[in-house]
Amino acid sequence: MPEQIRKARPHVSQSEGLIFEKSSPGKHAYSLPPLDVPAVKPEDILGRARLRAEITDFPEVSEVEIVRHFTRLSTWNYGVDTGMYPLGSCTMKYNPRVNEVVTRLEGLANAHPYQPAAFSQGCLKILWQLERCLLEITGMDAITLQPAAGAHGELTGILLTRAYLTAQSNPRKKVLIPDSAHGTNPATGTMAGYQIENVKSNRQGQVDLDSLRAVMTEDVAALMITNPNTLGVFEENIAEIAEIVHARGGLLYMDGANMNALMGVTRPGDFGVDIVHLNLHKTFSTPHGGGGPGAGPIAVKKSLAPFLPVPVLEQQADGSLRFTYDRPQTIGRMRAFYGNFGVLVRALAYILANGAEGLLEAAQDAVLNSNYIRRQLEDVYELPYKSPTLHECVFSDKHQAKYGVRTMDIAKRLLDFGFYAYTVAFPLIVPGALMIEPTESESKEELDLFVDAMRAIAREAETNPELLKTAPHTTRVGRLDEVRAARNPILRWQPAD
Amino acid sequence: MRYLPTSAAERTEMLAALGCASIEDLFASIPAAIRLRHPLTLPPAMSEPEILDYFRARAQENAPDYLRFLGAGAYYHFQPVVIDALISRGEFFTAYTPYQAEISQGTLQSIFEFQTLICQLTAQEIANASLYDGSTGLAEGAIMAVRLTDRSRVLVARSIHPEYREVLATYARNQKFDIEELPYLPSGQLDPQALARRLNQQTAAVAIQSPNFFGCLEEVAALAAQVHQQGALLVSVINEPVALGLLRPPAEADIVVLEAQALGLPPSFGGPYVGVLATKEKYVRSMPGRLAGETTDAAGRRGFVLTLATREQHIRREKATSNICTNQALCALMASIFMCVYGKQGLRELAEQNLAKAHYAASALGKVPGTKRLFSAPFFNEFVLQVPGDTSLVLRRLAEQKILAGIELARFYPELKNTLLICVTETHTRADIDRLVAGYRAALGVGGA
Amino acid sequence: MYPENYRYTREHEWLKVDGNKATVGITHYAQEQLGDVVFVELPQLGAHFGTMEAFGTVESVKAVSEIYCPVAGTVEEVNPALADNPALVNQDPHGAGWLIKLVLDDPAEVEKLLSAKDYEAFLRTSEEAGA
Repeated sequence: MPEQIRKARPHVSQSEGLIFEKSSPGKHAYSLPPLDVPAVKPEDILGRARLRAEITDFPEVSEVEIVRHFTRLSTWNYGVDTGMYPLGSCTMKYNPRVNEVVTRLEGLANAHPYQPAAFSQGCLKILWQLERCLLEITGMDAITLQPAAGAHGELTGILLTRAYLTAQSNPRKKVLIPDSAHGTNPATGTMAGYQIENVKSNRQGQVDLDSLRAVMTEDVAALMITNPNTLGVFEENIAEIAEIVHARGGLLYMDGANMNALMGVTRPGDFGVDIVHLNLHKTFSTPHGGGGPGAGPIAVKKSLAPFLPVPVLEQQADGSLRFTYDRPQTIGRMRAFYGNFGVLVRALAYILANGAEGLLEAAQDAVLNSNYIRRQLEDVYELPYKSPTLHECVFSDKHQAKYGVRTMDIAKRLLDFGFYAYTVAFPLIVPGALMIEPTESESKEELDLFVDAMRAIAREAETNPELLKTAPHTTRVGRLDEVRAARNPILRWQPAD
Repeated sequence: MRYLPTSAAERTEMLAALGCASIEDLFASIPAAIRLRHPLTLPPAMSEPEILDYFRARAQENAPDYLRFLGAGAYYHFQPVVIDALISRGEFFTAYTPYQAEISQGTLQSIFEFQTLICQLTAQEIANASLYDGSTGLAEGAIMAVRLTDRSRVLVARSIHPEYREVLATYARNQKFDIEELPYLPSGQLDPQALARRLNQQTAAVAIQSPNFFGCLEEVAALAAQVHQQGALLVSVINEPVALGLLRPPAEADIVVLEAQALGLPPSFGGPYVGVLATKEKYVRSMPGRLAGETTDAAGRRGFVLTLATREQHIRREKATSNICTNQALCALMASIFMCVYGKQGLRELAEQNLAKAHYAASALGKVPGTKRLFSAPFFNEFVLQVPGDTSLVLRRLAEQKILAGIELARFYPELKNTLLICVTETHTRADIDRLVAGYRAALGVGGA
Repeated sequence: MYPENYRYTREHEWLKVDGNKATVGITHYAQEQLGDVVFVELPQLGAHFGTMEAFGTVESVKAVSEIYCPVAGTVEEVNPALADNPALVNQDPHGAGWLIKLVLDDPAEVEKLLSAKDYEAFLRTSEEAGA
């Protein structure tokens, strides 16, 4: 028997084809003022050979069709504005609206990256203020806001590691990564030219110190950790971990994806971290946008400051701000211009709205909410690691697997209950993982509905496993054939011939 | 705090359910020695009106009312108002990456449309769902070419955006390939003879940009032929895609790196922008970045999913084609809406206006005594002027007239002293351009026309 | 399940010898672990691989697996059917889903591989260990 669902019910939603399927010659949505300078003949100026005939199959639609099209598409999505995302390590918190308003202010949105510094003090002050705040929050000495996302920041961090060690005459060969790490970590290591070696986790789900001591040699450039780790567990031996790494001349890199548990509570700079990246689109409330844009600043201890990417923001004697390019030991540029400025504005607005007190409250509520869920579900879902957890927790599908139900099935059934799914099958050290992070933005009501849903699904796993294996049932489309999509990739629309 | 929905009573209730005396108990796993003992030193929390005031004040400090003729990889174009209206819908901008396809069809279908529009615009066979920007796109494109050809050298035109080349150099230093720069001719275009001399069987790719940093059009088809003869790949960068409303797309290129900021995103002091990689179907498994693909569900309904994810970091891990995870999805959506609003006819008309206005400006400025266009190659909406005097002084005087007239090229190209890169788009009225010309004359101390 | 006349590796490849030549594929267990195969990356004809050197990949929706050359040799043929129908690897992993045919450097090396019985025993102990 399917369980009763309280949080959601089916509703008529508009169907909508591809924009190309609505196209008709002559329709248009644009409007330009009439040309007020003499017209020119492109073929005369550029030569006929340089011109294109037309943009084949580019859509021709009216404004109302565009508004309907994208509005309808949006109604098929879920968002933080709709309800909770229990996604572990994603920190899907509320995206404050004032952040959207300030980003769009004309003087900010229309600032050109190459307008002279004298005319960019407003933008530079925003960057400077954000830098100071993030340094305070992380307990580090220097920072770059250039990276466009966490992975980009990670790459920057590893390149800084390489540069620092090279300056000491040996870049070394390997980077150590716990087996619980996010996939960007090993991919980044490779992009930076390092070999990856795994460090085992112990039975508490933390870095195994003996395993670390065994692999920490003078060939190792850095240990990349996430703290709290992907199980939501704080590395209680972090001081010793830092000591083991530093004793061999290596650096401790922290993936700051889980900073939401630590704001105002403790700081990476205070527990031995040399480099930390932040995900502004996680901890600092900037919107996910369906997959970006984000921002991944990197904060470092002062020994690494000389290697930061150019340009670096400096305050002049007269108090004005200027980018400096004269950094002889820099690793170079990581991207054109200065960073995802529009995202940085939003992060600063978030920090200014909260102040120190608000950030601490956010961390506290995040940890409270996660522990509340954990307590309410640990009798129905297996909790493989019993250590205390902070802002997220990881269950496994072990109890449900008896009935042939796996974590993906539970996740898909959760969609029918009106929630987005949790993080499925990650971290890899927990087979059949369910990784849950509610964030501080969830009310007790939403948390209770989530707990009810998860408990109901656990019951369904026993009484009606088929229902779960074929879920979701009430979404616009059912489970999609991913095998087909990968075997015969169709990556664009083509007109029917 | 207004962003927190939990009341004090509810906190008490939840703590009771956990058997905890206070929230402090939940942080017991953090060693006491590293706990903060005092609040962070941050500006005091601001109310909404204070936040608005703070940023309004910052906005005013960026000369918002000045006339700007700046391009160089960040372009001013009219942003159709529907773009903001649509992307401000919470279901778009607060949505997560569409891994759970069944409730992310809005995002996935729009990505599929974006991929299609980019293919149509660039005359390539497949395109990804976006990379961070054009500069990192160039680096990813070069890495892809090196991977595909198994060769170790990339030749890079000096006429490519200088900051893009710097980024490429940073990435190259840490991978198994090296870079060599190719000079430009007095025409402003890449020197094909220099290319011929450096091109050989170790060349993985040749990278060019068209329109290039000087605004000049490169001979893409001819260069492609040259490059392909040696079994190398042509990587073609476009960072003013409005030009593609009129100009022949780089169909002969093997990898196209597009910066789509000009398609509906504001310059926003350098970001967020949106890079895209477009290429031939046969290279799909070597391509970095997310891809949305069409498929069906069990009931035969059409739907879209992220596909070929095995190339990506979360599965392939150390063997991934890139480490990219978050991309620029919302920015790509803005570009999609822009392309739909303008459509086939509109993008052409938009490009024609840009061409006309830039040529009107170049012509008028070229008539100022001592001033001439530096390069002879055809241009779209950007051009370089040789200025008869100290460019810094000229720019300063123009700024006094509230005109930010262009970029001093010597900053990036020391060999090009006293030259200005000027960009004119459809956003400039005739009156604006006339004001620029008059201002320029005044700045030079020359009489009126 | 596992043909008696084949030899096996601990990386779940099988080898069917024919004089100084051999056919290579992945085992039933491997294809089951991978799930639906969507793409197979095969080497160039004439390429040479050492013992246990990776010669290609088998890709499913959720994973990519390297495939290792059980015994050193030179690639003489690759399975042409897999480009259009990678599902053969799932449907008939020991037969029509073969990957490559090799000319062996040293046929005697084949003796070092596992017999069908040894491979089945290996699978049983792996399962018990929770691998």
